Amino acid sequence: MWKWLHPYAKPERSYQLAGKFLPWFAALTILTFSVGLVWGLLFSPADYQQGDSFRIIYIHVPAAMMAMAAYASMAIAAFVALVWQIRLAEMTVAATAPVGAVFTFIALFTGAAWGKPMWGAWWVWDARLTSELILLFVYLGIIALYNAFSDKLLAGRAASILTLVGVINLPIIHYSVVWWNTLHQGATISKFDKPSMAAEMLWPLLIMILAFAALLGALTLMRFRNEILTRESHRPWVRKLVENNMNRTGSY
Amino acid sequence: MAFNSFADFIAMGGYGFYVWLAYGISFLCLIVLIFNTLEKRKKIFRVVTQRIAREQRINKAKNREGIL
Repeated sequence: MWKWLHPYAKPERSYQLAGKFLPWFAALTILTFSVGLVWGLLFSPADYQQGDSFRIIYIHVPAAMMAMAAYASMAIAAFVALVWQIRLAEMTVAATAPVGAVFTFIALFTGAAWGKPMWGAWWVWDARLTSELILLFVYLGIIALYNAFSDKLLAGRAASILTLVGVINLPIIHYSVVWWNTLHQGATISKFDKPSMAAEMLWPLLIMILAFAALLGALTLMRFRNEILTRESHRPWVRKLVENNMNRTGSY
Repeated sequence: MAFNSFADFIAMGGYGFYVWLAYGISFLCLIVLIFNTLEKRKKIFRVVTQRIAREQRINKAKNREGIL
């Protein structure tokens, strides 16, 4: 397997492979967002307690889940980068962090817009909300640290270490609703045996989770490619790529 | 369909402000992120294009000096 994987440790090959996956992720993103939004906003029935305000769930939960999934994938990449000194893994850390940060912000903001009508407050210093806010700060810290060094080798290593340190926050977020008495409700759908949600509400939610996952994938691939091009911009293959683009389209 | 009219849909059972605020800001953020990502790619291409052009100019100048 190593023989088969080995060529992809070359930035040029990784760039091309990412480019092959990108249109599929983009298409899946558009498809699932259209279906999920129409279904969630128009066709799923209003909640018997929360009325139509519950429709915020269709962006709140997927954004929060994918913000954590993005962090988990970054942590794996950071571990790989530090142990095996694979620079491409550092680049995926740098590529994922801004996407994760935006998703975390969306989760927090939609949570506030949902909390106001339901709890009567935009924000409470409750365990789930606070730990999610810390996740946002960790993301911002990783981005800032990565951009603080002009030497990208050093930047990648520093950002990877900070990523691994921040992993401690993930279980805290996940179990915050169990460990502490919080205003935030417990898990609704991660109980796979019997989700406490009606099917006609659950399906659009699952589709929206897939939509956010596909968007996370597409944006990470795009940013990963940018990262490779930036670091390799002096290499002949990047020059050739740019020259071909100039000749073909006259634009980028 | 969960709504009888378009006005109903916008009102969201009285929660319209909160629902559309959440959706509006979320999609604004995502669109900004997508454009930022595309813009970064364009910027890299621009920088490399400029570098190639500059090197070509320098080479040309060098050749001219060689002739003189």
